[in-house]
Amino acid sequence: MTRETLEQYSLISLYSAIVVLTLAMLGFVLYLSRSAAARAADAVVPEPVAQPVTVGGGGGALTAEPGGTDMPASRDLSRARKAAGPARMFTWLATFLVGCSIVLRGMSVHRPPLGNLHEFVAAASFVVLLGYCLWTLKRNVDWLGIFVTTPVLLMLGSATTFWYTEAAELMPSLKSGWLVIHVTVAILATGVFTLAAMMSLAYLLIDRAERNPDASQGFVGRLRRIVPPASDLERIGYGLHVLAFPLWTFTLIAGAIWARQAWASYWNWDPKEVWTFIIWVIYAAYLHARATTGVTRQKATYIALAGFACIIINYSIVNMYFVGQHSYSGV
Amino acid sequence: MTQTPEAITTKPDPVTQPTLGPLGWVRWAWRNLTSMRTALQLLLLLAVAALPGSIWPQRSINATRTADYIAAHPTMGPVLDKLGAFEVYATPWFSAIYLLLLVSLLGCVLPRTRIHLRHVRGRPPRVPAHLSRLAAYSSREVDADPAAAVADLRAALGRRYRVDVRDGHTLAAETGFAKESGNLLFHLALIGIIVGVAIGHVFGWKGDVIVPVGSSFSNTAINYDTISPGPRVDTAELPPFSLTVDRFDAVFEDRVRGDAQFGQPRDFTAYLRTVAEPGAAEKAQVLKVNHPIEMDGATIFLLGNGYAANVTVKDSRGEVVYKGATVFLPRDNNYTSSGAIKVPGAQPQELGFFGNLLPTAVITKDQGPISVFPDAREPAMALGLYEGELNPGGASGSVYTLNTKEMTVVDDANGKPLRIWITPGETVQLPDGRGSITFESVVRWAGLSIRHDPAKDLTLWSSLLALAGLLASLLVRRRRVFARVTPLAAGGSRVEIGALSKGDDPGLQEHLDRLAARIAP
Repeated sequence: MTRETLEQYSLISLYSAIVVLTLAMLGFVLYLSRSAAARAADAVVPEPVAQPVTVGGGGGALTAEPGGTDMPASRDLSRARKAAGPARMFTWLATFLVGCSIVLRGMSVHRPPLGNLHEFVAAASFVVLLGYCLWTLKRNVDWLGIFVTTPVLLMLGSATTFWYTEAAELMPSLKSGWLVIHVTVAILATGVFTLAAMMSLAYLLIDRAERNPDASQGFVGRLRRIVPPASDLERIGYGLHVLAFPLWTFTLIAGAIWARQAWASYWNWDPKEVWTFIIWVIYAAYLHARATTGVTRQKATYIALAGFACIIINYSIVNMYFVGQHSYSGV
Repeated sequence: MTQTPEAITTKPDPVTQPTLGPLGWVRWAWRNLTSMRTALQLLLLLAVAALPGSIWPQRSINATRTADYIAAHPTMGPVLDKLGAFEVYATPWFSAIYLLLLVSLLGCVLPRTRIHLRHVRGRPPRVPAHLSRLAAYSSREVDADPAAAVADLRAALGRRYRVDVRDGHTLAAETGFAKESGNLLFHLALIGIIVGVAIGHVFGWKGDVIVPVGSSFSNTAINYDTISPGPRVDTAELPPFSLTVDRFDAVFEDRVRGDAQFGQPRDFTAYLRTVAEPGAAEKAQVLKVNHPIEMDGATIFLLGNGYAANVTVKDSRGEVVYKGATVFLPRDNNYTSSGAIKVPGAQPQELGFFGNLLPTAVITKDQGPISVFPDAREPAMALGLYEGELNPGGASGSVYTLNTKEMTVVDDANGKPLRIWITPGETVQLPDGRGSITFESVVRWAGLSIRHDPAKDLTLWSSLLALAGLLASLLVRRRRVFARVTPLAAGGSRVEIGALSKGDDPGLQEHLDRLAARIAP
């Protein structure tokens, strides 16, 4: 097959992923809205079932919904769960399609498909989706589905429109083994930061509902039946950030090593470098804030979200509008 | 510290406030500077302060773009310049933030190192009286007598724990010193990075030079187009190597038709001959982007390329007054290149040609002569001509532009400014017997950047150590396990185990349960 044909197939695969993921998102929306709408009386049923060892077991505390399928859960809640099943399947399918798209793209260009923003975002979407799918195998994280499918849909949408780049060979400065190392780790870090930011967002929403008795009757407040308590969300969010931060640090170091080879100096204050550094500093501030007595968990989480906002700026505005050596060819 | 004056004066029986002497204030300032909260604020401030450098062009990176920006913004430009927006990373305010952060870091890390060393060397603390009040707790009855139960527990804890048994029936164990060691290593390594950067800045040097194919370069300061030595570098002592560029191959995209990719560079290769020092043997080397050449005391990088025109100019007397490769600088992705050919030896007047070298030349209606592809497929030059004094007052300006202050434009037969369109191999006669210009050929040039950074290894190893320390500090768990064994009347013993952890540790109870299960299955 020719380069153009493979490129077309890759793109078709990505479009299909968008369609399937939209279905998944609708499924997760249905799941949340049905869960929130479940009659209050029904909802009492699952509440009092105490879980003896939620403190232990690492992420075991994730599942707020007690018991498995054999629990006499309320009729409304089990109806809600029916929507989550297909949504999960669609998410798996979308993950597979994005994976196919990446492989086809790689076959089209005869190199690791990590050379421009389109390829980068497709790969980061794949990391986020795969991470979430594997998580669903271990825990019930259906409530998180909406927080995963929505940002990934936005990412894939941008990758196929504003950031689309024709399949082609790389420019000389990108032809290096460091491309795979630096960019792959950057993609992993970005993927995990995305999941972490979504968890932080969920934490802030649930936390507000927990602390405000009025809000607990609202949509978010009613979701507390299926979503773990805020303190658990915060801790999981922290765990994800702890995973992503060293990856980001490595991205920075590997980038510097490569920069020394390609641009003669390991640090050039290139806009992208500056932003990678800013992001690193903000997340470092988050880790410090969380370890500082007197800084509330909420405040620390806001810092983490500021870091994620900078990641978004880094991949959108900085890439597109700031003049620098990281300007991606073809956008 | 935050008490208001009213609060003091309105009190009927004023309490004597402890007054701070100069030393007290210094101590107060130090304590505040080295507090975690200050470090946090400085970190956020550093992030904000780094921002402007990505928004405005930086003089140290691209002086031309900076000058253009200031010229285009006559009101805001100079104000921003005063504030340091074009040299953010060298401004006092930026330096102040990172130096304060450095001091804060040292003030925090050094005492912590002392405490940590004491912990590592010291005994674990005594077993608390009420183990059930600890974060995790478990109690089991075992058949073994107390001494055997303690021994079992010690075995169950394994080698990761440092165990301290007191009075034969209490046990204290600690693990995870690597967490704090890693934390301290990370912060100390950051200092190593900053020191490495500073040494590189002071003792390193870098120079850029354009070498056309067929030309040579020897590594002395005068031969560089630009050179920026560190403050403690003696430019007379640069390593004495030299090089010749024999060939330069460039490949551009001509298969993919999309606007974004067509004409993009694909491969640049320069073939050099290097000589380590005068008299040494020549060595053929290949220089590519991403594949620098390491010389003794410097590294050669390929950072740019473009076109030079081999030109011969004869003056009114018919004498060859100019012959050689004239470098033109690319102005766009298709290498529309501009430059100047300065002929000071021409008679009766000095001549100055200016204009564009177009590797794949096309004359368009709207834009005039432009290049439509970066490779040299249809090269041509579009030139104009001035005559007069090239360097008024002896000042030599840029080699790529003409200073036309003391020059007049040369017109053609119709009284319009002369336009010369010339392709390789052609000779064009200049009007009124001024002589002729011959465009012999087009050659490529290699833009070399030659650098020396004596501390790059220090910086690299420091950053890798920082990463290792970071991983340890984030992933290792610091735990303490305490146990008390009491004999039971009916034989056997009761083992109470409690555990503590630093920071969040959702797995602590499970860890303790597993431990308990190992001694009492």
